[in-house]
Amino acid sequence: METALAGLVAAFFATSIYLLLSRHLIRVLIGVAILGNAVNLLLFTSGRLTREVPAFIGLDEMVPAPGVANALPQALILTAIVISFSFFAFLLVLGYRAYQELGTDDTNGMRIAEPRSEPPPPMGY
Amino acid sequence: MRTLIFRTVAPYIASLMLLFSIFVLLRGHNDPGGGFIGGLIGASGLAIYGLACGVATVRRAIRVHPMSIAGIGLILAALAGILSLPAGVPFMTGLWVYPTILGSEAALSTPMLFDIGVYCVVMGAITSIALCLEEYDGD
Amino acid sequence: MTSETHDWIFLAAAAPFLAALVAPVLHRLLGARAGWVLALVPFAIFLQFASLVPLVAAGGTATAAADWLPAYGVRLSYFIDGLSLVFALLISGIGTLIVVYAGGYLAGHPQLGRFFSFILMFMGAMLGLVIADNLIALFIYWELTSITSFLLIGFDHSRAASRRAALQALLVTGGGGLALMAGVLLIASVTGTKEMSEVLASGDVLRNSLLYVPILLLVLGGAFTKSAQFPFHFWLPNAMEAPTPVSAYLHSATMVKAGVYLLMRLQPVLGDTVLWMTILPLFGAVTLLVGTLLAVRQTDLKLMLAYTTVASLGLLVLLTGTSSEKAIEGAVLYLFAHSLFKGALFMVAGIIDHEAGTRDVTKLGGLRKLMPITFAAALVGAISMAGLPVMIGFVAKEVLYEGLLGSSIWLLAAAVAGNALMLVIGFAVALKPFLGPEVHTPKHAHEGPPALWLGPVVLGLVGLASALAVGTTGSLLLGPMAAAVFGGPVESDLHLIPTYISAPLLLSILTVILGVGAFLALDRLRDLVARALKVIGWGPDRGFDQVVSVIVRFSAVLTRSIQGGRLEVYMTVTLALVALTLLLPMGLTGTWPAMPAMPEPTFYEAGVILIALLGLAAVVAARTRLTAIVSLGIQGFAVALIFMLFGAPDLSFTQFMVETLSVVILTLAMTRLNLAERDHRPSSQRLLDGTIAITCGAGFGLILLAVTQQAFDRRLTDFFDAYSRTIAHGRNVVNVIIVDFRGLDTLGEIAVVMITGLAILAVVRLSGRRRVPVVPEPEQVVASRHSRGAETVR
Repeated sequence: METALAGLVAAFFATSIYLLLSRHLIRVLIGVAILGNAVNLLLFTSGRLTREVPAFIGLDEMVPAPGVANALPQALILTAIVISFSFFAFLLVLGYRAYQELGTDDTNGMRIAEPRSEPPPPMGY
Repeated sequence: MRTLIFRTVAPYIASLMLLFSIFVLLRGHNDPGGGFIGGLIGASGLAIYGLACGVATVRRAIRVHPMSIAGIGLILAALAGILSLPAGVPFMTGLWVYPTILGSEAALSTPMLFDIGVYCVVMGAITSIALCLEEYDGD
Repeated sequence: MTSETHDWIFLAAAAPFLAALVAPVLHRLLGARAGWVLALVPFAIFLQFASLVPLVAAGGTATAAADWLPAYGVRLSYFIDGLSLVFALLISGIGTLIVVYAGGYLAGHPQLGRFFSFILMFMGAMLGLVIADNLIALFIYWELTSITSFLLIGFDHSRAASRRAALQALLVTGGGGLALMAGVLLIASVTGTKEMSEVLASGDVLRNSLLYVPILLLVLGGAFTKSAQFPFHFWLPNAMEAPTPVSAYLHSATMVKAGVYLLMRLQPVLGDTVLWMTILPLFGAVTLLVGTLLAVRQTDLKLMLAYTTVASLGLLVLLTGTSSEKAIEGAVLYLFAHSLFKGALFMVAGIIDHEAGTRDVTKLGGLRKLMPITFAAALVGAISMAGLPVMIGFVAKEVLYEGLLGSSIWLLAAAVAGNALMLVIGFAVALKPFLGPEVHTPKHAHEGPPALWLGPVVLGLVGLASALAVGTTGSLLLGPMAAAVFGGPVESDLHLIPTYISAPLLLSILTVILGVGAFLALDRLRDLVARALKVIGWGPDRGFDQVVSVIVRFSAVLTRSIQGGRLEVYMTVTLALVALTLLLPMGLTGTWPAMPAMPEPTFYEAGVILIALLGLAAVVAARTRLTAIVSLGIQGFAVALIFMLFGAPDLSFTQFMVETLSVVILTLAMTRLNLAERDHRPSSQRLLDGTIAITCGAGFGLILLAVTQQAFDRRLTDFFDAYSRTIAHGRNVVNVIIVDFRGLDTLGEIAVVMITGLAILAVVRLSGRRRVPVVPEPEQVVASRHSRGAETVR
C-alpha cells in the first residue's frame, strides 16, 4: 500500500511545484497549501501504514495492542498541519496586501526590493 | 450569506461547537481529541458566528481580543513547564495530582494544563486570523 | 632557564579592556581630566611588567595559562621573555603618556570618552599580542589591533578621507592577518603545537619542513602588511588622518611594529635561511629608501614623520633579515630608540598643530621663544633620530652599522643613505618650525598645557638616560631581548662613547656629512622627488582605489545577474536543484528502489486516492477561482480521509477542520483579490515548469519508495508505546507525545502559531492607515500588460 501512496505523494509534489513556478500570486499560494499536504503525506507514509488501527491503549491495558498505527509521525504531522495553516493564512494576507499596494498579482511586477533599473552602487568611501 | 435562517441558527451552532471543542480538548489525553483539534473547532465556531452575525457581534461576545486568549494560552503552556521548577524536577516534567472534587476523583496534571494552553493559543490565533479577514473590507 | 608563573598577567592583559569599559563614564564625570585617571591603568601595568625585569634579565621567563577552547587546543596562555617584556614596557609606558596626552590634545571634544575607550582597547590588544603564547590567541590579538586601529583612524568619521584611510588600513592589515592565520595554522600543523614557546623550542623542524616556503611567505604577508613594507606601505601615511595621539602611539611606537615583532619572534625558527636572508633585507632596504625619499617630498609634519616611520620599519626588517648577532642587537636597539624618539616627535608635531593651527612646515617658523619646552623636546628627539651623540639613537646606529659591515655593501649603502635622509627629516621637523623669523600662524601660538608636553619630555629624558647608562640598559632590557630574537646568548658590550676609531664611527661621520648636505639642499631635493613622482604618476595608493572600484563594480554586476528580481527564476533554479539533489545520488550510485509489488488497495482506499488525484488535476486546470477553491478543498478532504483510513483519527479530524477553515478564508480573501484564474504561461514555459515539477515529484516519490523498502526502525515508536500509559498516564499515544514527551517542541510550535497570528494582524492593521503610494514604472506596466495578453490589470 505504501507504493500507491508514494505515487500519490509524487502527484502532490508535482502539482504543488508546478503551481509554485507560476508568476500568478494566487497560484503560488495554492501551491504552498498543497505543498503542506504533500509533505505531511510524505512523513505519514514513511512512518509505515497500518490499516484502521489507531494508536490508542485499551482501557485495561498498559501498552497498545501489537500492530497499532505508528504514533510518532502522527504527532509530528498534527502540529505541522496547524502551523502550515497559519503560515498559509499569513502568506495569503501578505499576498493580498502586496496586491493592494502594488496593483499587480504578477510576481514580475513586484519590484520594490529589487527595482529594474537599480542605481549604480556608491563609489566613495 | 447572511440569510435569516443562518443568522438565527449560527449562535446555537457556535455555542454548541465551543462546548464540543472543550469536550474534545478534555478527552484528548485518552481518546481522539486534544488541544489542537479543540482549538480548531472552537475557532471554526466563532468564525461561523462571525460570518453570520458580523465580526463586531463576535468581538462583543468574547469580550477580549482573540490574541489575548492566545497570549494567555502561551503563558499557561509555559507555566505548565515552569511548574516543574518548584517541584525540583527537569523542565516540563509531567506532574500529577488527584484531588477529590465533589466526591469523584479528578486527575489534574501539567500536561493537561499544557494542552489547555495549546487550545487557547490555537483558538485565539486562528479566530483572530479569521475575524481579521472577515472584517477587513479592503478597498 | 627559570620559568615563573604569574597569574597577575591575566589581570594585566584584561585591565585595558576593563578600563575601556569605564572610560566613557569617567569622561562624562571628569571631562578631559579623565585622562590623568585613566593613565593610571597603563602605568600600573607598566610597573607590574617592570617588576619582571630582574627575572628576565637573568634569562628567565614568566608565564600564565588557562584553558579557553580545549577541544581546539586554544589556550589563553601568556609567555614573557626578553622580547615580549621590552615590547610590553614600551606599550604600557608610552601608553600612559599617550592617554595623558590625548586628554590634553582632544580636551573638549565631545567624543573624547569614546576615544579613550578605543585607545585603551587597542592597548589591550597590542599588549596581548606581544605576550601571547598560544598562536590562535596571538592571531586574535593581531586582528584586534587591526580593528581598533580601524576605529581610531576613522575616529573623525564625518570626513571622507578618514573613512577611506580607516578602510584602507583595515583591508590591508586585515588581509595580511588572513595570510598570517594560514601561516600560523601551518606552523601548528608542522610543529604539532599551538604554543609559541614550544614552537621556538622546536629547532630546525620548520626550516627543514617541506612547507617552509609557504609558511614563510604567509607569515611575511602578515608582517609586511602590518609593518607597512613596500609595496604595502601606502596605508600608513594615509592613517595620519587619525588624531595625533593615535599616530604617535599606533602608527609609530607600537602597532606598526607588530609585524617586526612577529619577524623577530620567529627569527630563531624561520630565520637564517637563504630565502629569509634574501627577501627580508631586499624588501627592508627598498622600503627604507622609498620611505625616506617620500618623506623628503612632504611638507606636512605628520606626513614627513609617517614616511620616516615606514623607512625605519624597513630598516628593522632589513636588520632582522640578516640573522646575524650584531645586526639583531642593532635592530633591537634601534627599535627601542625609534619608539622613544618617533613617539616624542609625533607628539611634538601634534602640539605645534594644536597650538599654532597648522602642520605645514613651510608655514611655520620662530616658535622657539613661544614654545621653549616643546622645542627642547623636539630637539632631543631629533638628535636621537639623526643618530647623534649622546642619545640612544646614536648607540643604535653604531651597533647596526657594525652588524651590517659583514653583509653586502649594498645593504650598508642603503642604510647609510637612509639614515642620512632621516637626519634631514628629523631636523626639518625639529628645527624648521622653531628657528628663523616668527611667522604668522593661523592660531596665536603659545606653550601647550603640561598634559601635552609631558609625553615628549619624558620620552626624551628616557632616551637620554638609557643612553647615558647604556651598559645597564643593555644588560637589563636589550640584551635579553636580542637574545630572544637571535635565539641564543648575545655578546653585549655597549658603549656610549666609542673607545677607538672604528669603521662604524667613520660611517656615522659619513652619514652626518651626507645628511647635513641634504638638509641644506632640502628644497631642491623636494622638487626633484616631486618631479620624479609626477613622471611615475601611479602609486599603490591609487592602485588601492582602482582595486576597490573594480570590486564594487564587479559585485554590483554579480548581484544584478544572480538576483535579477524575478521570483520565477529563483524558484526555477531552486527547484531544478531540488530535483537534481533527489535524483542524482540515486542515479550515480545506482540505488534505485526495487520494483514494488502491485499494491492491493481496498475499495475505499482506491476511491480516496482517486478523489485526491481528481482534486489535484482540477486545481491545475481550474479556470475560475471558485473551481480552484473547491478543488483545493477536495484534495484536502481526500488527505483527511487517507489519515482516517490508516489509523490516524486525530490527524483526520484536524485536517478536516483546517481544510474547512482554509476554504473559508481563501474565499474571503479571493472575493477581494479579484483575480482572473487562468494560467498565463506560454506553452514552452509550461513545458519547462511541468518537467521540473514532474521530475521533483518523481524524486520525492522514489525517495519515499526507497525509504519504505528499508527495514523499519521501531525503537522510538516502541518507546512511546511502552511508556505512554505507564509513565505519562495517557491512552491517546499521539496526544501524549504532543503534550508530554515532545512538549518543548509543541511549546515552540504554538509560539509560531501565535506569532503568525500577530503578524497577520500587523500586516492588515498597519496597511490600512499608512498608505505608501507606489507608482509602477511605466515600461514595467506595459511589459506586464503585454505578457498577460487579454487579461486586465486593475
